Amino acid sequence: MLRSSLSAFTAGAAFSLLILAACGRPADNGTSSGRTLIQNKGSDTLVNVAQAWAENYKEVDPTVAVAVSGGGSGTGISAMINGTVDIANASRAMKDKEIEAARGNGIDPIQHVVGFDALAVYLNHDNPAQSLSLAQLVEIYAEGGSAEKWSDLGISIPGCPSDEIVRISRQNNSGTYAYFQSRVLGKGKDFKLGSRDMHGSKDVVDLVEHTPCAIGYSGLAYATPEVKLACIGEDAESCVEPSVEAAVDGSYPIARPLFMYTSGQPEGAVAAYLQWILSDAGQCIIKNKGYAPAAPVSCS
Amino acid sequence: MAQGIAKAPLPDQRNLAWYVDKTVQVLVFVGGISAILLILGIFVFITKEGMGFITQTLDIGEFFTSPNWRPTSENRPTYGALALIAGTASVTGLAMLVAVPFSLGAAIFIGEFATGKTREILKILVEMLAAIPSVVWGFIGLSIMNPLIIDLFNVPVGLNVLNSGLILGLMAAPIMTTLAEDALKAVPDGYREAAEAMGATRWQVIFRVVFPAAKNGLVAAVLLGVGRGFGETMAVLMASGHSINIPTSPFDSVRALTATIAAELGETAVGSDHYRALFTLGIFLFAITFLINLTADLVVRGPRKR
Repeated sequence: MLRSSLSAFTAGAAFSLLILAACGRPADNGTSSGRTLIQNKGSDTLVNVAQAWAENYKEVDPTVAVAVSGGGSGTGISAMINGTVDIANASRAMKDKEIEAARGNGIDPIQHVVGFDALAVYLNHDNPAQSLSLAQLVEIYAEGGSAEKWSDLGISIPGCPSDEIVRISRQNNSGTYAYFQSRVLGKGKDFKLGSRDMHGSKDVVDLVEHTPCAIGYSGLAYATPEVKLACIGEDAESCVEPSVEAAVDGSYPIARPLFMYTSGQPEGAVAAYLQWILSDAGQCIIKNKGYAPAAPVSCS
Repeated sequence: MAQGIAKAPLPDQRNLAWYVDKTVQVLVFVGGISAILLILGIFVFITKEGMGFITQTLDIGEFFTSPNWRPTSENRPTYGALALIAGTASVTGLAMLVAVPFSLGAAIFIGEFATGKTREILKILVEMLAAIPSVVWGFIGLSIMNPLIIDLFNVPVGLNVLNSGLILGLMAAPIMTTLAEDALKAVPDGYREAAEAMGATRWQVIFRVVFPAAKNGLVAAVLLGVGRGFGETMAVLMASGHSINIPTSPFDSVRALTATIAAELGETAVGSDHYRALFTLGIFLFAITFLINLTADLVVRGPRKR
């Protein structure tokens, strides 16, 4: 009995690893039976919008099907490098190294800005702070920053007796993490270790909601009435509330462009799809999802 | 097997029965060695992905002594796994503190005291407990234990060593109970009867006679629980807080080796240093769980040989 339990245990573990390995294989892409299939993969920030675009595009051109999957900006970009997608979604720009790697595979990635996302800094409802400066965020999040306690920032939170700043961050290869790092902490600066690294945009907001001592950053589209959004500025006086409008006009300091990458200049169905995404119809869809459009549009 | 047939004095009659026999023989043989092939395949796979990195880029000293896990840093990526190892070890350690008394107690009750229907029902329930998916356990940690720990202990975040240790302990307990009960059952009834005939009380029988006789099986049960703890991913990912931190109290958030692989591998470019560093963690985990399972296996086999 014990022996058989042992081997069942090992075999089970072995089997699940094998399945994992099989899932890592890139999917086939291309056209089949007269219907054009566009493979679209990447950023979790963009995945909801990308799905809405794909859904709506069925009515625009029924001969084109768009297969959307998430997995994160890194996933989309590595799929682009490996040549297994037609369009890669990314919430950060491709790094020089990644562009080089793609060129090495004979792929010339072309970047298209399809919208903007304001990164909101989330605070618990008990937190009395209204605004935070970028310098304060650096003290909180960056390696070597001095703010460990809320009292270091002159903030006292009822319901947070330990006074500890509970830093909530993202896993280290998410586009949101990379953008926050380069925009707020400054190029080449690292995060302080010991932050709670969540695995999704929504998880950050959820944890902030339940943790009085917490601070976290995530896309504005994930805001709920149960959390507070900090007003962000170069200094505390000139702060700007995060909003879609402030992201469009560029006044909100931590808004990032959202990208779609294609291999070379897009042609045929992919070109038509991208053109439609950047048209008013496509841009109103991204606006309705809580992101800022690439250029001002008026939607009914 | 094949030799026996080849040495048969008469030439084989190649009729249907012969082919059926051969086919079944091959199938059974493949089934028998499949576990070995799978293990070898996995070993080759993770070594292939991670070994080059270990020999070329990785600073082994840094890997085991530095808590700085910064694989995506732009200045200088560092691959210190100390905090991750400490995270896994602390969670597993606490889990064993929870699971060992629970599972041994349950095994003693089911194996030595319970009779008839009670015993059958308890056994079935324990096995059902083992079948709860780990993501469900993680969900319990995230949504029930988290607020509970915050309220009870007045700490800022309830996702920590305590939370994930308790969850993991409860997850490991059923399989440990089943294995420990098997070990107790394997002790011949004659031992118990002899002890009782000498006037031993029930507790004396269990602690002085049955336990020493079942010692190896019990140790193996605990070791397999430890292996389970080391390898568990989803529940730990959800309940530990996922924070790179060397814990100094049960209320510190930590990050486990397994959770790091699960969280980061999906978004890593295949073949990059980060990707291969994660495979290095995989090799390390594989080596540890392999050693634990091997030890458990040897401990069980030890007395039977002698």
